[in-house]
Amino acid sequence: MSFLELRKVTKFYGEGAAQVRAIEDVELSVDRGALVAVMGPSGSGKSTLLTIAGSLEEPTSGEVLIEGAPLSKMSRNDKARLRRRTIGYVFQDFNLLAGLTAVENVSLPLELDGVSAKRAYATGMAALEELGLADLATRYPDELSGGERQRASIARAVVGERHLLLADEPSGALDSTNGEAVMRMIHAACKRGVAAVVVTHDAHLASWADRVVFLRDGRVVDQTSPPPSPESLLAPAPEP
Amino acid sequence: MSVRHALLALLSAGPKYGFQLRQEFEASTGDVWPLNVGQVYSTLQRLEHAGHIESDDSAADSPQKSFRITPEGEKELDHWLRTPPDMTSPPRDQLVIKVLSALVVPGIDVRDVIQVHRRYLVELMQMWTRLKEDEAEFDLTLALVVDAELFRLDSVIRWLDAAGGRLQRAVIDPPIPSTVPLLRRRIVVRR
Ligand SMILES: Nc1ncnc2c1ncn2[C@@H]1O[C@H](COP(=O)(O)OP(=O)(O)O)[C@@H](O)[C@H]1O
Ligand SMILES: [Mg+2]
Repeated sequence: MSFLELRKVTKFYGEGAAQVRAIEDVELSVDRGALVAVMGPSGSGKSTLLTIAGSLEEPTSGEVLIEGAPLSKMSRNDKARLRRRTIGYVFQDFNLLAGLTAVENVSLPLELDGVSAKRAYATGMAALEELGLADLATRYPDELSGGERQRASIARAVVGERHLLLADEPSGALDSTNGEAVMRMIHAACKRGVAAVVVTHDAHLASWADRVVFLRDGRVVDQTSPPPSPESLLAPAPEP
Repeated sequence: MSVRHALLALLSAGPKYGFQLRQEFEASTGDVWPLNVGQVYSTLQRLEHAGHIESDDSAADSPQKSFRITPEGEKELDHWLRTPPDMTSPPRDQLVIKVLSALVVPGIDVRDVIQVHRRYLVELMQMWTRLKEDEAEFDLTLALVVDAELFRLDSVIRWLDAAGGRLQRAVIDPPIPSTVPLLRRRIVVRR
């Protein structure tokens, strides 16, 4: 069963002549452990797709299922709990809270969810350690580089039992080295069973995904097939 | 790929045997350009002939024959390293021609043609990234070679993206055809 599934999801903004069809009849399923990238030009509906998948907005029609459960059948409370416990979000600008250290930022969602401060801290530390960021734990966001901040926000997105990672242009302002570090981390999280959707217009980032889905004018127009073994790249005829 | 200069580069660090050169060449290109023994020796012969390297006269053409770089060879190597390869010719690869041709074929949505190529390029990038993910973190030369491929493929994808954007705008706001396509004529004429 897919961890995340979108069935014929459509979202219109506005009405009448001013109506914008942001996405239309989008089908997407993401298994546990899978990393799916969504590529498309600006305005093609990438962010809309992600916010609807994350239950931050309601579709005009269609259905979103998380672990097989349709969001439309859930109460507001159920959805709020899902957002706290299951889904992690990483946005380009939505960063860490300035008054909290990295580990406090990472454990905050757990504390908000009623976990004791001590346990939340331990779980937050574990998340940072697993992603190789233990050294940064007690630093404040303004003591971290852009790349480190974004990596800490990925740790926050996958802390505890959160198994769906949704990232919108996660390396927006980062250079290619830091962009790669961010994707390595997301990739590592997926190897541990997280299902991830990364929205990007950057093919370097998208190429970390198991599958790349292409959006155009709000519709899925194409997707990559599973990549064959990279060994095939290593045996080209030598050029004299 | 200049095997000649790559071998000179390896010899600039000190004298080496033929078999050693072959091993080091493959390692230094991230194993992406396997060479056969014949190629190594024919290239070494040419270098020796040009006075860029010298060998001890011992066993002729055996893998135990040792080579060293000459001062002329060092000069040649330095010159080659600092000479940018020719990148001035306008892009006239097959992909550009396919997209330009699609523009004039009735009933074809050029964006679909563009997408087919974009997907192929992204799939190639996925393969290279797989390689980087598995090994390149620990292998500097492989990482450099893989990055070069990724950036090359990415630049083509960006061109396709830009072409798609241009087409979209052209549909909304058709450009006025230029009456004096001077630049165009020059690009076509140039070699
Ligand atoms: N809140 C909104 N109100 C009205 N239109 C919106 C809103 N959000 C997005 N849109 C429109 O929906 C389309 C898709 O936007 P978006 O999902 O942000 O695309 P992308 O992330 O690919 O750039 C665009 O035309 C955008 O202007
Ligand atoms: Mg967006």
